[in-house]
Amino acid sequence: MACIIKVDDVVTRFGDRLVHDGISLNIASGEIYGLLGPSGCGKSTLMREMILLEPVQSGSIRLFGDDVSALSHGEEQWLRGRWGVLFQSNALFTSLCVAENIALVLKESTTLSPVMIDEVVAFKLDIVGLSQRDGELYPSQLSGGMKRKVALARALAIDPTLLFLDEPTSGLDPISAREFDALILRLRDMLQLTIVMVSHDLVSIRTTLDRMAVMDEGRIAAEGTLEEVLQVDNPFIRSFFGGVSV
Amino acid sequence: MAHLKVIREDSTLRLHCSGRWDALRLASVIETMQAEVLPIRNTVITFDLDAITHFDTAAALLLHRDIRTLEANGNEVTLKIEDSAVRRMFEMVGRHAHPEATFVTKMPGMLESVGVATVEFIQDTKGLLAFVGETSWTFVRLFSSPRTFRWREMLFQMNESAIKALWIIALTMFLVGVVVAYQSAVQLKTYGANIFIVDMLGISILRELAPMLTAIVVAGRSGSAFAAQIGVMKMTEEIDAMRTMGLDPFAFLVLPRILALMVMMPVLIFFADVAGVVGGMVVANIELDITMTLFLERFREAVDIKHFWVGMIKGPFFAAFIAFIGIYRGMLVKSDTESIGLNTTKSVVEAIFAVIILDAFFSIIFTNLGF
Repeated sequence: MACIIKVDDVVTRFGDRLVHDGISLNIASGEIYGLLGPSGCGKSTLMREMILLEPVQSGSIRLFGDDVSALSHGEEQWLRGRWGVLFQSNALFTSLCVAENIALVLKESTTLSPVMIDEVVAFKLDIVGLSQRDGELYPSQLSGGMKRKVALARALAIDPTLLFLDEPTSGLDPISAREFDALILRLRDMLQLTIVMVSHDLVSIRTTLDRMAVMDEGRIAAEGTLEEVLQVDNPFIRSFFGGVSV
Repeated sequence: MAHLKVIREDSTLRLHCSGRWDALRLASVIETMQAEVLPIRNTVITFDLDAITHFDTAAALLLHRDIRTLEANGNEVTLKIEDSAVRRMFEMVGRHAHPEATFVTKMPGMLESVGVATVEFIQDTKGLLAFVGETSWTFVRLFSSPRTFRWREMLFQMNESAIKALWIIALTMFLVGVVVAYQSAVQLKTYGANIFIVDMLGISILRELAPMLTAIVVAGRSGSAFAAQIGVMKMTEEIDAMRTMGLDPFAFLVLPRILALMVMMPVLIFFADVAGVVGGMVVANIELDITMTLFLERFREAVDIKHFWVGMIKGPFFAAFIAFIGIYRGMLVKSDTESIGLNTTKSVVEAIFAVIILDAFFSIIFTNLGF
C-alpha cells in the first residue's frame, strides 16, 4: 500500500504549552485511519496542520509525497483539490441552499455546464442518502444528521481521494451516528477513499477504523489496529477502551 | 489533462478517450464533445475508454449524459471498457444518477418583493413597539426592586460606547467648527460683519450641529456594536440560555445599554459643543483677527443659554432611539451569518434616519414654543 500521509517528528508549541512533542505516523492509501486521544491532546491541531490551516512549526508532514510546508501557492491549490474536509460544526454556508453549497467548488473551479453541475450535485446527494428535494432547502431548515450528510456531500464535491473528518459522529443521535458510520464505509469502497478521522465515538472506532493512533501527552502512545492498540499499557487507553471487547 | 480524439473509420466513429478524466480537467473534453461529437446523427459510435488513467464521478456522469443524447439522436453507441476500475465507476454512477435534476433558487418577482418588504416593515414596526414596551415595563419593575439593576453593566457600557467615543467625536466636531467658521469668515468679511461669526457659530453648533454629529457618530459606532453583540449572542443561544436560568435579558442586556447611552449622550454633546466652538474660535482668530477674549465676551452676550439647553435636551432622545434600534436589530438576527451583517447595517441606517426625523420634529416644536 502506498503511503499517502507521512508525519515525521512534528513538534507544536502554543506559547508555553507543548502540544505535539515529536509525533510520527504513516497513513496508507485506502485505509480509514483514526486520530484518538483525550481532549486537548492536539488531534485536531495535527489535522489542521495536515490540511494547511496551521503552519507546521517543526518536523514535516508529507501528503502524496510533498512536504506541506514547502509548497508554492499553485501546489497548495492542487493539493486542496485532492482532499475533502468535513468540519465538526459542518461549516455549511448558511446563505446558500444545500445544492449551492455542494455546487460552489464545482462552479468556481470546473468548466462544467450548469445542467451538468446540477446532475453532479444530484448524484452526490444520492450517494450520501439525501433526496433531491433536500437540495433546495437551506442549512437552517435541516436536522443535525442531514447537515452532516450535506457537509459530507460538499466535501466529496470534486471527488477527492483523501477525506478528513473531524469528529464526524459527535452531536448525532445514536441511530444517525451508526448510519453515518455505514455511509463512510460504503463511500470508501465506492469512491476508493483514504479517510483520516478524529473520533471519540467508541462504536464508530470499532466498526469503521482500520488503523489508529492514540495520542497522549504530546506523543503517540500507540499505533496500529484496535487489537494492537489494546495491547499497549497506557492509562488513557485503559480508561477510554475500558469496556470494549474486540 | 483529459483527452478525447475523434477517429473516423469508414462509416463508424471511434472516440479515443485518454488521460485523467476528473472534474477539474474536463474542459477540453467538454469542448470536443460539443463541437464534434454531439451534432452527429445516425452513426455507429464506439467509446474507447481504455487509455483513461483516472475516472471520477463527474466524468462518468458527463459520459452518461452524452451517450443518452447521442442515442436519442439515432446513433448506436457501444463502449469499450477493459479497465475494471473505470467500468465499476461507470456502472456505479449509472445506478445513482438523476439526469433530470435541477435545483432552482427562487428569485422573487417585483410584486412579491414589494409585498414581502411591506409585511416586513409592518412587522418590524410592531416588533419595535413591543420591544420598547417590554423595555419600559422592565424599567418600571426596576422601581420595586432597585437593587437588581445591573450597575456594573451600565458603567461598563458607558465606558465602552460613550467615553471611548469621546475623542473621535471631539475631533470631528472641532473640524466641523473649523470648516463652518472658515466658510462663513469669507462671506462675513465682505460685509464687514466679522464679529457676527460668534453668533452664527454659537447658535448653529450648540443647537444643531453638535447634537446631530454626536448622534451620527454614536449611531455608527455604538449602535452598530449593540446590534452585532446582541446578534451574536442570539446566534450562539446565549440569550436563550439566560432566559432559561430565569435571568431577564431585558434587565441584563437591554436596559443597561439604553440607560448608559441616554445618560452619556448629553455629556458627549457638551464636549462636542466645546470642541466645535474652539475650532471656530481658532479660525476667527486667524482669519478675522478676533481675539479669544473678544470672542468669548461676544459669545456671552450674543448666545443665549437656551440654545445650549435645546441641544442638551435632544441628547437623551437621540440616544434612546439609537440604542433601541441597535438592540432591536440585534434581537432580530436569525441563525444564519447573513442576517447579522444585514441587521447591523440596517441598525445604523435606521438610527441615523430616526435621528434626523426626530431633529426635524424638535426644530418645529422648539421654534413654536419660542425657544
